[in-house]
Amino acid sequence: MSVLELQGVTRTYGTGSAALTVLHGVDLTVEQGEYLAVVGPSGSGKSTLLNIMGALDRPTTGRVVLDGDDLTTFSDARLSRMRGTHLGFVFQQFFLLERRSALENVSDGLLYQGVRRAERRRRAADALRRVGLGARLDHAPGELSGGECQRVAVARALVHRPRILLADEPTGNLDSASGRAVLELFDVLHEEGATIVLITHDESIAARMPRMVAMRDGHIESDVRRGVAA
Amino acid sequence: MRASPGPADRLRLGALGLTSRKGRAALSALGVAIGITAMVGVLGLSESSRADLNEQLDALGTNLLVVSPGQDMMGEDATLPDASVSMISRVPTVQSSAATYAVDASVRKTDQVPDEQTSGIAVAAASPGLVDAVSAELREGRWLDAATEKYPAVVLGSTAARRLAVGSLDAGVRVWLGDQWFAVVGILEPVVLAPELNETALIGPSVAKTLYGDELPPTTVYTRIDPTQIAATRDLLGRTANPSAPTEVSVSRPSDALEAQAAADESLTTLTLGLGAVALLVGAVGIANVMVISVLERRREIGVRRALGATRAGIGTQFLTESVLLSLLGGLIGGVLGVALTTAFAVRQDWGVVLPWQPVLAGLGCSLLVGTVVGLYPALRAASVPPTEALRSM
Repeated sequence: MSVLELQGVTRTYGTGSAALTVLHGVDLTVEQGEYLAVVGPSGSGKSTLLNIMGALDRPTTGRVVLDGDDLTTFSDARLSRMRGTHLGFVFQQFFLLERRSALENVSDGLLYQGVRRAERRRRAADALRRVGLGARLDHAPGELSGGECQRVAVARALVHRPRILLADEPTGNLDSASGRAVLELFDVLHEEGATIVLITHDESIAARMPRMVAMRDGHIESDVRRGVAA
Repeated sequence: MRASPGPADRLRLGALGLTSRKGRAALSALGVAIGITAMVGVLGLSESSRADLNEQLDALGTNLLVVSPGQDMMGEDATLPDASVSMISRVPTVQSSAATYAVDASVRKTDQVPDEQTSGIAVAAASPGLVDAVSAELREGRWLDAATEKYPAVVLGSTAARRLAVGSLDAGVRVWLGDQWFAVVGILEPVVLAPELNETALIGPSVAKTLYGDELPPTTVYTRIDPTQIAATRDLLGRTANPSAPTEVSVSRPSDALEAQAAADESLTTLTLGLGAVALLVGAVGIANVMVISVLERRREIGVRRALGATRAGIGTQFLTESVLLSLLGGLIGGVLGVALTTAFAVRQDWGVVLPWQPVLAGLGCSLLVGTVVGLYPALRAASVPPTEALRSM
């Protein structure tokens, strides 16, 4: 069953002679439980693709179907709620709120679904334990290492049990040991059934994953399934 | 399950920006606080002073009419006819009356002080009903009675007593009045309705007649009028006092003067209120400024929140709430300071403390309005930050 389907997606910025087309008709289907990497050099359109997959941006033409719903027909408010319920994001620079504890940062992942505070905190604590930070609930991001911060961000991205976890260069700001630990965390989440799309320019990271989509100049250059795990 | 954050969560979100930047929040709330302090303070003060005046007038009565000589057609000081006192007392609407009579003498601390140094103190003979007519109170001693008014005894007005350095009557104080010693038997409290008595030394009519002749010219007649007939009686008094030249008689109502003074204070109140409004406006601009900066600084946070599911309205509400809380914080501080100011001043002035509830509520309402109005633009800007901001590389 496909979770996310892109059909003939294009994205053009600007109009007239200044128009710049970044995506030229991309078709991509992400199946339930898949673990895939999108790779490509900078300027290949992979960030734009992630924006559209994550419903942060709309395609200029084409359709985006998330969990059976055509997102192109959604209002901005509905699209926002869809992000809150169906999608989880992990960013290169973590983007945690500095002066708030790990627990509060993670519980913000449930805020916009209208979950009550006590319930948010309980589930946030669960999520933090799941990423191995059960002993760091009350620490602020400044008191955590980069690797720990990224694991807090992962906990925030999965605390509401999204259909897809989207990660943008999640190891880009980490030393190799912390980066490896974060990737191993993704491996575990994948084995537990999560659908994960990881965007990276690092081919060595992509190479260890079951499916690799390579982007170049706004097209999908190759889409390789190695059938290791599913 | 609700589809969006509840009211408590929205408040918490709005407070987030304040608690994480406490210094900045305090400074930007300061402008509004100053404005509200000024407004609450000045309104509270004028309310207390008006309450105090009303209380005073209630106690003193507003039915005192004072008849005194005006000026004749040549602009010279006129005099009241000797018969005016008894004529006035026969007007039916006059409930009671009392008069003072000019005595051509000066009062000094001792006979060693030269005659010319009168210290600006007038000497007058007073009819026995005077203290009741003008609602005067005695600070020390007694008022002139049937016995003391025949003898060289004097009651001093409050200012007169101070100028003659007469503080207490325990030691049997005497002053040199005219050509002989007078015993000071009483000192008046300041007389609100007849302040001219404060600077007067009052002696009994009998002793005055004995020493200075039978025909003392009346200087002022103090009358208490039937409260329902004040306006009509006022017109009548001039003609009664001096039938041949009614225009040479001045009739005044001291309570009017007090009210006019309060009205004059009101224009000062309006001015200060205006200054407070300007301070509030400056504070409002300060908050708008801080909020716009806050939106610029927090574009990333906004993007992340949009990615976590916040709608445009949700983001707008968060920043609007923050602006309103900031302004309300200022309003609250201003209200407390304003009340403190009013209370301190009222206590100092010995006024009854009137808690200015209405100004405080109005101040809070003002700051709520200010926070909403100036928060609108920053909130709209925050709401227009696109969700893709979350993924923009630095």
